[in-house]
Amino acid sequence: MRFFKDTRIDFLGYWKWAFLGSGLLIAVGIASVIIKGPKYGIDFAGGTIVQVKFTDEVDFPKIREGLAEIGLADSIIQNYGPKTEREVLISMKKTSSSLKGLSEDIKEILTNLFSEKGFEIRRVEMVGPKVGEDLRQQGLWAIVFAIMGILLYAWWRFEFSFSIGAILALLHDTLITMGAISLTNREFSLPVVAALLTIVGYSINDTIVVYDRVRENVRLNKGENYIETLNMSINQTLGRTFLTTFTTFLVVVCLFIFGGQVINDFSFALVIGVIVGTYSSIFIASPFVLIIHNWNVSRTRKSAVSSEKSRIAAHTGPKVTTSKIAAMKKAQQSSKK
Amino acid sequence: MNRNLKWRFLLIAGISIVSIIYIIPSIFGPKLPYWWKKPLPEEKVHLGLDLQGGMHLVLGVKLDKAIENALEATATSLKDGMRREGVIYDYTKRVDDKSVEIRVVKERFVTQVDDVLKDYYNYHISYPYQGDRTKYLLTLKPAEINLIRKSAFEQAIKTIRDRIDQFGVMEPTVAKQRDDRILIQLPGVKDTQRAIALIGKTAQLEFRLVDDEHSVEKALQGDVPEGSQISYERSRDKVTGRITKKPYLLKKTVLMTGEVLTDARMQTGEYGNAHVSMAFNKVGGKLFAQITGENVNKRLAIVLDDNVYSAPVIREKISGGRAQITGSFTDDEANDLAIVLRAGALPAPVEILEQRTVGPSLGKDSIRRGLQSLIFGTILVLVFMVIYYKLSGLIADFAVFLNLLILMAFLAFFRATLTLPGVAGIILTVGMAVDNNVLVFERIREELDLGKTVKAAIAGGYDKAFITIIDSSATTLIAALILYQFGTGPIKGFAVTLSIGLCGSVFTAVVVSRFIYDWFLSKTNITKLSI
Repeated sequence: MRFFKDTRIDFLGYWKWAFLGSGLLIAVGIASVIIKGPKYGIDFAGGTIVQVKFTDEVDFPKIREGLAEIGLADSIIQNYGPKTEREVLISMKKTSSSLKGLSEDIKEILTNLFSEKGFEIRRVEMVGPKVGEDLRQQGLWAIVFAIMGILLYAWWRFEFSFSIGAILALLHDTLITMGAISLTNREFSLPVVAALLTIVGYSINDTIVVYDRVRENVRLNKGENYIETLNMSINQTLGRTFLTTFTTFLVVVCLFIFGGQVINDFSFALVIGVIVGTYSSIFIASPFVLIIHNWNVSRTRKSAVSSEKSRIAAHTGPKVTTSKIAAMKKAQQSSKK
Repeated sequence: MNRNLKWRFLLIAGISIVSIIYIIPSIFGPKLPYWWKKPLPEEKVHLGLDLQGGMHLVLGVKLDKAIENALEATATSLKDGMRREGVIYDYTKRVDDKSVEIRVVKERFVTQVDDVLKDYYNYHISYPYQGDRTKYLLTLKPAEINLIRKSAFEQAIKTIRDRIDQFGVMEPTVAKQRDDRILIQLPGVKDTQRAIALIGKTAQLEFRLVDDEHSVEKALQGDVPEGSQISYERSRDKVTGRITKKPYLLKKTVLMTGEVLTDARMQTGEYGNAHVSMAFNKVGGKLFAQITGENVNKRLAIVLDDNVYSAPVIREKISGGRAQITGSFTDDEANDLAIVLRAGALPAPVEILEQRTVGPSLGKDSIRRGLQSLIFGTILVLVFMVIYYKLSGLIADFAVFLNLLILMAFLAFFRATLTLPGVAGIILTVGMAVDNNVLVFERIREELDLGKTVKAAIAGGYDKAFITIIDSSATTLIAALILYQFGTGPIKGFAVTLSIGLCGSVFTAVVVSRFIYDWFLSKTNITKLSI
């Protein structure tokens, strides 16, 4: 079986549409974050959550009353997972650093209301404001460092223009995924940051495969001009891109469907990220390589012209590096066209 | 088989066998036969708290309080010193978070005061009023502050470790975090509240006299006599569970502290009520005899963390070096109190900065769901690979399978922790592990398109895909390693499985599946590749 054989799609021809679409998606996402405000989970904002499973139908008003009794009226009580699971997540901004925590108060009041057999506390998480602040910083730094590390690697292995393209694609993926999380009213938590980092890793993986092909094709001098080389490389790797995306997508969807509520936000971010990450390698990273390349070419051409002039004027040997010569040749080629 | 193939075969077979040996304990668990346990590893894959249930705690040690205590102690010992030297003084007191102030009545005590102060070389001594030698300010030197903080922190960790060891939790973790936080992980702990109380109790035991010369009622109205203070005895009614508070007026002077304890045990009295009996060391025994001898018919309060436990009347001098704490204890409470007293007091109080508890049922749920998604995901990927690449897909499937094997063995071998996000990492590895094979297969197809022979196409495919495999794996690995560096508990587990999976998939794609091809080619002379 083979889906993509000898395709010759002009991917770079669509770059304007791609940029427009991505720009819109990012704008919508950012707008959502700004309008709704960033919704931090307790990992980052600090707070307490208590996950309770009831044996009978969940009696929300009764729980609410009970919580109000112990001064926790402003807690949020919501179904956790499907209704039939009879599971409830009680979350509040309050934290308590004393040895007898809020969760113990909640347990007491629930015991009074539903008796010991009527419920089971399955999970308690309390993150104090200090730790929340630390985790927020850590999360941010992790993403920054990951992007920087990848930038350096791509710079080392490829050209600078490549690494710029790769990083813009990564930013693109991160922003869109964050937007999707905000739009679906999910929270930013530690697992979501982990998912974002995974997406960063996955997306760069995809981009690198395309870049590798471009590098190889440039070396072999394939393609009439740079656009064609890029397009050719994307088409050649299309089969692989599709296949890996598809298998990764399969497992991520499995995780999203069967993985349970605890890692649901994480899986959701991955589902979005896999799609966006693949798209961005083709439609964001590659066009940027072209844009920067063209910009470089026009610059070298100018400096080549001026250095030619100065050479004639000074009668000294020019210091033109081999890469510049190659670029000049390329420039001449494309200007012939 | 030629030499080259043989070596590769041995390498792959060796890794596979070692992997299987390391996985078997995790599968069979306690049912491992005896002959296995002796020579072979029995290390199981370690489950994180989110999968097996348990509690994760981050405690902040209030080290400022330790310094405060040191300053208070200095203020008290200064008083003794001045009394000894016959200095008449107004006061010695802690004035801020690093200094103690003394005020003497007249300047003529200069030599005596200097004599007292020469022992306090940890302090920088200054005179707030220039030339006037009635006021002295003793400020802790910064190096000394650091030393106090450091030793208090070490002491706190040691004490907490002792308490947990005696509490009896399997494989607990107690670790430093920064320079004032303690990370504690207690797998499988069920009564979390009890565990927290045990770990976090400061357990400052004090013996103080009850002030019987003044009335408690008057003191409660605000007329607290100099040198005394109000403390409460909290007792819980066993039936209604209501807590009652009984006030006591206690002298501020601490006659003896828990430092002299050598042992504390829970014991059950005649009526089945639990109490804690304590044994003192030599110094403590003598001191206790002296205290009880001097204060017959007075009441001696036993105070723990400012809670009065009991205040019995001293009938006679007690010289056996033993004492009891009675109160309305349950057996568990008495037992925990004995543990806490044995392990000693925390040098400073602690506060809970972070607490995460997962019940055992949720852990089981998570394992089930994780496995479910892993199995579904893996089957889908494996089937798809065979459909798309036919027999070559089967080779890729074998590579994925072997990769999972190596991954699990690695987790067992390095005692790494498998968490729920870690399971997600494995699932993701399956999806991404085929990638390296896909890269190779697509290349081989291209080579075949160019009309190369099967042998040349395979060689060419691997050669050309190799650099891409390295580049793409390296970048993903960068992200995973950074995640490991910054992540906490469960997230670290994710980074671990993802990283190992990545490395494993490079190995299985580049070495293992290549070997299978080469072996086939050496056996048969095929002209058409099933890909």
